[in-house]
Amino acid sequence: MKISREDVLRVAELAYLDLSESELETYRLQIDEILEYIGKLNELDTANVEPMAQVLADDQTADATLREDVEIPVHAAAELLRQAPDPEPPYFCVPKVIER
Amino acid sequence: MTKWTIDSAREAIAGKKISARELADEYYKRIEARNPELNAFLALSPERAYAQADKVDAMVASGKPLPPMAGVPIAIKDTISTRGTKTTCGSKILEQYVPPYDATAVTRLEAAGAVILGKTNCDEFAMGSSNENSAFGVVRNPEATDRVPGGSSGGSAAAVAAGLAVASLGTDTGGSIRQPGSFCGVPAMMGSYGRVSRYGLIAFASSLDRIGPFANNVKDIATVLQIIAGRDPQDSTSTTAPVPEYRTEVGKPVTGLRVGIPKEYFGAGMDGEVRKKIEAGIEVLKRIGCKTVEIAMPHTDYAIATYYIIATAEASSNLARYDGVRYGLRVDDDSLLAMYRKTRGAGFGPEVKRRIVLGTYVLSAGYYEAYYLKGQKVRALIAQDFRDAYTKVDVIVTPTSPVPAFKLGERTADPLQMYLADIYTVTGSLAGVPGISVPCGRICGKLPVGLQIFGPAFGEAKVLQLAHLFELAGGGTV
Repeated sequence: MKISREDVLRVAELAYLDLSESELETYRLQIDEILEYIGKLNELDTANVEPMAQVLADDQTADATLREDVEIPVHAAAELLRQAPDPEPPYFCVPKVIER
Repeated sequence: MTKWTIDSAREAIAGKKISARELADEYYKRIEARNPELNAFLALSPERAYAQADKVDAMVASGKPLPPMAGVPIAIKDTISTRGTKTTCGSKILEQYVPPYDATAVTRLEAAGAVILGKTNCDEFAMGSSNENSAFGVVRNPEATDRVPGGSSGGSAAAVAAGLAVASLGTDTGGSIRQPGSFCGVPAMMGSYGRVSRYGLIAFASSLDRIGPFANNVKDIATVLQIIAGRDPQDSTSTTAPVPEYRTEVGKPVTGLRVGIPKEYFGAGMDGEVRKKIEAGIEVLKRIGCKTVEIAMPHTDYAIATYYIIATAEASSNLARYDGVRYGLRVDDDSLLAMYRKTRGAGFGPEVKRRIVLGTYVLSAGYYEAYYLKGQKVRALIAQDFRDAYTKVDVIVTPTSPVPAFKLGERTADPLQMYLADIYTVTGSLAGVPGISVPCGRICGKLPVGLQIFGPAFGEAKVLQLAHLFELAGGGTV
């Protein structure tokens, strides 16, 4: 077994994700099978391989595509706030996090 | 029912045979008739469409030169932002979300005269290969309505195949444009990573996500790609590499073109009937002057494992933004952390939750090196396979999918089996190269098969050229 019930619970906690009892067990089984399959990567010796985080070569990014750091006003705030679950312009409201 | 193409629609409008408004009307009537069964569209935007159509008609009346997609009715996948029209990503968590801005691809298409009919159904946050993970119901394959249209851009593929849009935009992270194109029997393409701006594309896996077109023929694909390609200051990963004239390039001959056939793409797990069609397709390529070369891409078999580490890791990070604070669903609780947990637990569907759990796990302390870092290293080997291949050949030809469209519900119980169906498409996603799926016959005259052509990075012109000639030579009816 690659992943335990406790592992799934710990990860769900990290991801702030409520899972029901049945979801917990289904995901544990399915993810266990997926991780088992992923284990085949260990057949490959990658000791001397550089990890690849993205595909663009340096000449396609960096200086070529970084723009000047200038302020560009975007007037979307009011429209965005209007559809927030609990807006109080110019703020988003959240449940109280600090006890007095 | 007229199967309009971009060119025929534009010409008919320019020649005053039909107005842009009448054409939009015709398409909305078709959608009204067929969408209740197919469920390809999630939202329609008639106000915006008719305003744009009227603009085009005014241009025709005043004799102004018409842009390349003047009056052409198109559809946009629901993971791509459209100002003022709901963009749900097929998820309950964004059920009421209305973007305050357009994706760059949408802005550019509208500037080119296109008429945006509405938004198309998809797997939730583009996570799926059958469109069965949409929170708003499955899409049916117009060619066989008891079967899936493929995914995740199932609605965009079905809309074009059923004649409910002349062209559409989809997004491809591991095959989500090419595979539904293959299942529904229409050409479908992703350009190189960096070729098309991702601004306004709601992120799934940022190092893999790409926007690309579905259309009725390869020339139309070239037209749409031409319009949406090119540097956008709003997306720092969009490149400054010049955009060739794809529409001119597609007409050029391919004599002597070296076509690599990787043996790893013809192994076990491939449907026998799909194999026959692809082999017949390869004969067509030879007939139009290509030289086929057998090549090896030794890391192909590791691509699915690599993809499902990298894609889920990036997804778990990207989807952290759905917290019930700024937009989308909120499930109330007195505690902030409990509000996060409840909102996300209620708002995300099963496949998205599964991937968040897997992605968080492969990034978590103690597992990062064994999984995520290992995945990034194997990704480098897979990309190297492609670079090595392109020292010997100009393009690579494979099946798009090992199987034709499967029956609704047939694969939903076993996620790993569903993932394995992406075997031929995820490689090119990881490597960042362009790829197209073009129709390559039908099994028993019914179920479409797709032939996939990969080019080298920024070699879209070659891919389009070959796909166009393949289509002209009858590749679609082998």
